[in-house]
Amino acid sequence: MKKLTKTLAVALSAAMFLTSLTGCAGAAKGGDTWKIGGIGPTTGGAAVYGIAVQNGADLAIKEINEAGGIAGNKIEYNFQDDELDSEKSVNAYNALKDWGMNILVGSVTSGCCVAVAAESVNDNMFQLTPSGSAVDCITNKNVFQVCFTDPNQGIGAASYIGSNNVASKVAVIYDSSDVYSSGIYQKFAQEADNQPFEIVSAEAFTADSKTDFSVQLQKAADAGAELVFLPIYYTEASLILTQAASAGYNFKFFGCDGLDGILGVENFDTSLAEGVMLLTPFAADAADEKTQNFVKAYEAAYGDTPNQFAADAYDAVYIIKAAIEKSGVAPSASVSEIGDALEKAMTEITVDGLTGESMNWSEDGAVNKAPKAMEIKNGNYSLIQ
Amino acid sequence: MKDFINKNKDNLITYGIVIIAYIVLELLMSLGLISSLMTGLLVPLCAYIILAVSLNITVGILGELSLGHAGFMCVGAFTSAFFSKCTVNVITVEWIRFTIAILIGFLCAGVIGFLIGMPVLRLKGDYLAIVTLAFGEIIKNVMNVLYIGRDSKGFHFSTKDAVALGLEESGEIIVNGAQGITGTPKSSNFTVGVVLILITLFIVLNLIKSRDGRAVMAIRDNVIAAESVGINITKYKLLAFSISAALAGVAGVLYSHNLSSLMATPKNFGYNMSIMILVFVVLGGIGNIRGSIISAVILTLLPELLRGLSNLRMLIYAIVLIAMMLFSWSPKAKDFRDKTVATLLFWKKDNTVKGGSDNGSN
Repeated sequence: MKKLTKTLAVALSAAMFLTSLTGCAGAAKGGDTWKIGGIGPTTGGAAVYGIAVQNGADLAIKEINEAGGIAGNKIEYNFQDDELDSEKSVNAYNALKDWGMNILVGSVTSGCCVAVAAESVNDNMFQLTPSGSAVDCITNKNVFQVCFTDPNQGIGAASYIGSNNVASKVAVIYDSSDVYSSGIYQKFAQEADNQPFEIVSAEAFTADSKTDFSVQLQKAADAGAELVFLPIYYTEASLILTQAASAGYNFKFFGCDGLDGILGVENFDTSLAEGVMLLTPFAADAADEKTQNFVKAYEAAYGDTPNQFAADAYDAVYIIKAAIEKSGVAPSASVSEIGDALEKAMTEITVDGLTGESMNWSEDGAVNKAPKAMEIKNGNYSLIQ
Repeated sequence: MKDFINKNKDNLITYGIVIIAYIVLELLMSLGLISSLMTGLLVPLCAYIILAVSLNITVGILGELSLGHAGFMCVGAFTSAFFSKCTVNVITVEWIRFTIAILIGFLCAGVIGFLIGMPVLRLKGDYLAIVTLAFGEIIKNVMNVLYIGRDSKGFHFSTKDAVALGLEESGEIIVNGAQGITGTPKSSNFTVGVVLILITLFIVLNLIKSRDGRAVMAIRDNVIAAESVGINITKYKLLAFSISAALAGVAGVLYSHNLSSLMATPKNFGYNMSIMILVFVVLGGIGNIRGSIISAVILTLLPELLRGLSNLRMLIYAIVLIAMMLFSWSPKAKDFRDKTVATLLFWKKDNTVKGGSDNGSN
């Protein structure tokens, strides 16, 4: 008798399991709406970036829908969490495919983006990553970037420091456990050989040890550095600035787009950031009308100041709109047809966005836009001409 | 034959479940009835099942708590991905390359397990758990600072950064520190995964039934008694621990060849993952191999099936996990379950009387 119960239980659970498996199969294809999917971390330590991208794209899509959609076709939007894990990112991609996605904005982070790109190429799904900056993200022909690649940022920073004679002895503090940070550092170090300045110390920290930087700063000071290059995110940078000030060091600081947002860090004395230079495509307090409208709308909708990730995502949606309009492809086409059409259109369009004027793309998927150098003056970002 | 079946009934059911699940899923897939999310989950599922079953050797059979299991998975993943990336143009026959990769992952993880086991297995209980936790983290962190490149002069190693490798222009970086290995060929598939599960089950279930397995279980039950009958404690402890590590390495191979970017993050090879695997084992029942398989499947699928809840997903997942743990293992819940089963049985009895002939033939 007991055996029978067992068999019954197994059979029942197997049936339930199968229902759950097939439950979401056979999602309907989007007839006359564009189904744009997004992937990024919305839980865990990197949630700030994922949520920013989610909101940035959401804002753009709402605007487009209010204005009548893309050539009359509305956009539906679905953003999936990947917990900053490549495996979960691929799961999210598959879930979005079941939902009927025909264009992907993602993944937010480089490592996840590489994993997803390896899957999306099989479907020839058009993929535009707002912030996946590693070069490996765009090796496939169906993937394009909105942000600069890490090497470009590293080379850009090195040549800027070199050609403007900002300093002759440079120290670097970077996060070796972060793809973005170590990617920039590698190229920066290579390019530094061709530049008139010298890297006197390069000290790394990891995600597990990012609260105390006194050792790294001490080494930079001992080596006689005039400038500290910080290819890192603003949270750690604000700590470095505070600790440098309290230890009485007088370095100049130079950063990349990760530093954008440093003025918004809670309990951070923004006067410490005076004179910090950064290469960034976007600054929330820039004076131009486009940025100001975006910041206002974003703050009204999500109660938060947008960072560069949000701006990249916002641009990504408008770039997709421009590419669709250029190619004239309809949402009823298959994923692969849309992919082919948009990949071709991407190389033909020029977009003015928040993160760059007249952005255009080559076939390899990297964006071509001018980096902007900013300096923090009087508690504000101001463009260095 | 009948004797064999009777003796191995329990094991045969376990193999049967895996094989039937495989056949059903393959059928459904060929009919196009399975969503892409589920298709994508099949290989990770196989990897997690192997992990859970292999950890069950240490936790269930040897009776020691190990919190470093993800570290061995990490070793298997990285060594095999390194091998595959290096030889992708040399060995062009995929199955040969992948078989060698699996063996490499198996052996490397096993050797590391053996080396770590030697000092660590002198400890017991909580102490062992803490030290294995530390070793797991060490493995992950070593992978995070390791840079390996290749050019015409051979391999270059560094623990500083990629620039320090001093590669030629044509050289390529294979292991890029925290950025890990990108571009591992995607050799894993569901069939290979299921075959590996079956091999793992074969190894583990036979180990339990064998003389060595009984020796290991004797150590678990009473060390002094086991020693007094002449069982070599160190040998059998090391044996169980290394096999457990080696099989975790196989799961790592499966995992790394399923994704094109392999990074040692706290998420996939950190203690979070080790604890996750331990949760599979504990929920499925310590020492219960079939239970491990089922709980690994349920707990891997659950967060994905909850995707519809978007932001509340991880919260609900945690609550469901707590509820399941309580329902499976709290004494009160067990009583309740027994009572329900009893009522069900009565109901069944009526049923069988009515349709008795039907059930009898089964």
